[in-house]
Amino acid sequence: MANISSDTKLHVTHSGFAYGYLTAPEVHFLDAAVARLIPADELGPGAREAGVTYFIDQQLCSAWGTHSRAYRMGPWQAGTPQQGYQLPLTPQEIYRVAIREISLYCSRQYAGRGFHLLSTEQQDQLLHSMENGEIELESLPAAVFFKLLLRNTIEGFFADPIHGGNHDKIGWKLIGFPGVASTSYPTHMLRHNVPYRVEPVSIVDIRENRASVDAQGYAQHISLGQAEPWEKEE
Amino acid sequence: MSVVKLKPVDVVVVGMGVAGSILSKELAMTGLRIVGLERGRMMDPQQDFAMPYAHDELKYDAYRSDILQNLSRETITFRNAVTESALPMREMGSFKPGECVGGAGIHWMAGGWRFLPWDFQTRSRTEERYGKQQFSDNCTSQDWGITYDELEPYYDQFEHIYGVSGKAGNLNGELKNGGNPFEGVRSREYPNPPHEHTYSGALFAEACGTLGYKPFPKPAAIMTRPYTNLYKLNLGQCVSGGFCSGHGCSQNAKATPLTAVIPALLKHDNFELRTHANVIKVNLDSDRKRAIGVTYIDARGRTVEQPADLVILSSFTFNNTRLLLLSGIGKPYDPASNKGVVGRNYAYQATGHVKLFYEDKVFNRFMGGGAHGSAIDEFDGDNFDHSGLGFVGGSFIDVNSPGAPPIKAHAVPAGTPGWGSAWKKAVAKYYDRVATIALHGACQSYRTNYLDLDPTYRDANGLPLIRMTFDFQDNERKLSAFVAAKAAEIARAMNGDIIDVSARTGKYNIGPYQSTHNAGGAVMGSNPATSVVNKYLQSWDVPNVFVVGASAFPQNGSYGPTGTVGALACWTADAIKDLYLNKPSALI
Repeated sequence: MANISSDTKLHVTHSGFAYGYLTAPEVHFLDAAVARLIPADELGPGAREAGVTYFIDQQLCSAWGTHSRAYRMGPWQAGTPQQGYQLPLTPQEIYRVAIREISLYCSRQYAGRGFHLLSTEQQDQLLHSMENGEIELESLPAAVFFKLLLRNTIEGFFADPIHGGNHDKIGWKLIGFPGVASTSYPTHMLRHNVPYRVEPVSIVDIRENRASVDAQGYAQHISLGQAEPWEKEE
Repeated sequence: MSVVKLKPVDVVVVGMGVAGSILSKELAMTGLRIVGLERGRMMDPQQDFAMPYAHDELKYDAYRSDILQNLSRETITFRNAVTESALPMREMGSFKPGECVGGAGIHWMAGGWRFLPWDFQTRSRTEERYGKQQFSDNCTSQDWGITYDELEPYYDQFEHIYGVSGKAGNLNGELKNGGNPFEGVRSREYPNPPHEHTYSGALFAEACGTLGYKPFPKPAAIMTRPYTNLYKLNLGQCVSGGFCSGHGCSQNAKATPLTAVIPALLKHDNFELRTHANVIKVNLDSDRKRAIGVTYIDARGRTVEQPADLVILSSFTFNNTRLLLLSGIGKPYDPASNKGVVGRNYAYQATGHVKLFYEDKVFNRFMGGGAHGSAIDEFDGDNFDHSGLGFVGGSFIDVNSPGAPPIKAHAVPAGTPGWGSAWKKAVAKYYDRVATIALHGACQSYRTNYLDLDPTYRDANGLPLIRMTFDFQDNERKLSAFVAAKAAEIARAMNGDIIDVSARTGKYNIGPYQSTHNAGGAVMGSNPATSVVNKYLQSWDVPNVFVVGASAFPQNGSYGPTGTVGALACWTADAIKDLYLNKPSALI
């Protein structure tokens, strides 16, 4: 169990994460939603298992989540589709109001049930409706929230685990991304069409001494499989 | 409000990016007392880009880093046309200006290009070959007032500061195999040898060869071997780690102001660097013909006046133009009458791509970095006959191996669902089985594309933001479609199993990232009625103000601008040293 602070903003869930911003109902919603966006399936675990909800929470606590480096002075106008984001809501506020308003919609449509209690088919249908702007929310276009949620889900699935997602490097293992680079690349790059597949190394792995580095601070990769063609050559 | 007045110096340089750092260094060698002002913070590559933290994609590639401009204090406003209300760019998207010592020159992709000789004489050479009607009526593209041949020694100088790697295609008039046969005559080989081919680069080069094109390794300011530059600074050899564009380099293998210039500059006792110094105005004397210094807001919020005999504006494109407008230097451009100059001829680039998905090939795409790639130039500039095509300019075509951090580099074939299991399967399958042919279409200038001061939105100091009015025109869309068709032909010769073509269509959108190659607004030329600065980058109106950067490009070429920005900085430094200091007055 993570440390429980006296700070009322901290909320500890069943999974042991210390959430800095999200409430328990919001965590339930996001756990269910990100599990549909990148599902666990025959290829392996998905966004929920990768800790994407916690990643989103950490991002919402960051300078990014409060729009600390975004321009926030009015007047506020809708603008054209070419003019980019123009709502006064910060990412923190988007998640809070959008999840609340979608949950109310959900409750009306599905006899009081929250999003996380719907069938996966119903969840997918609702996500599609949000994506296509078919659900009217009071405070913002549903598509704006969907787009942000999908963007953050992909970020949390593939970002270095130092940011709280990509647990066990699930995202990197799925695609064969090695994470922190190795100084062996220049040699291997000349071996065309020979896959370089290694146990990925994260910044956290190096910080916590779970992976070794060379004198330049680059990762020393361990090959997956017994007999990679490029290893035999050496 | 009380104002802190400082003792005069000889030169004040505004902005410590690619241009400002070189100008400061070159002028510091004369012994002049120089102050460099930078609105951002000091950077220490050993600390800021230490391993393994430099390999953090979310931080550096997904708009989370503090090396990018802090829009909460200052941004731009944007509209596609004068009929619309411009609105602030609230989040960063289409381009990424920097805010720190080194500027956008830290996170750049390190393409070490020289513009084509034609780029400098776009108007005259095009009219000579095709007639005046080749340009649309609203096109304001013009000659630069400088030729490639005049700038050549300065390209050479910049290449030896930034350790550019590559292969000459035209050495003193002799065409060389393996280089770009369309490049201007160069007096020397590149200081460093070219990168080796990656697999995707090799496939591209082979396909181009079969189609009769002449592929060449892209010039890159990324060290292919340990290199000691013109300023006696040591740069390390690149290890192709792939966290490059967007990032700083822990190996000092990417040439940036921080690795190639600033450490040498700081050794000069007559140079002083002040960070967190946000210049808001160039101060003029009572007849407004001479600058007497600049005013800036310092880290403590104080208003500071720094008197100087010579003022050099070397900040990013937008801010160079904005400072001229805020200071009342030069007549602001008015698109209705097509009169005035400051803010005129803002231009961008029309990017596009062709993606090739393979069943039987893997690329190890995470290896590489920056501008590591192969290109052809058959469809760039005026390297091909434009008769009957209905557009001006062109695009180089390349396959680049910049690395493949997966948040941004998870391409899937068109028609794949955007999420869910089908998306996940496609990402897993194609992450390392895709090659991308990229297009970087040149962009002409037009009456309707310009910069001015926004009437509504203000920065944290209460000063008006710069307003961009910009849209792609038929010329850029036709160009993009034409070159995309050529790229698609190459893609078929590369035997991609699935080929997705994406040319530039529709309106310019400030949301998605495209390129930080923003140009114009304080353009150079030979006529004061159509340019802000003369061929030496000297203000026509206030001769002790020089304005250096991509702001001086009268229209944009296809290549990345940095090589030309660096060459112009070297050129201007020589003009100041050899001409201006002897007789401080208008050089033309």
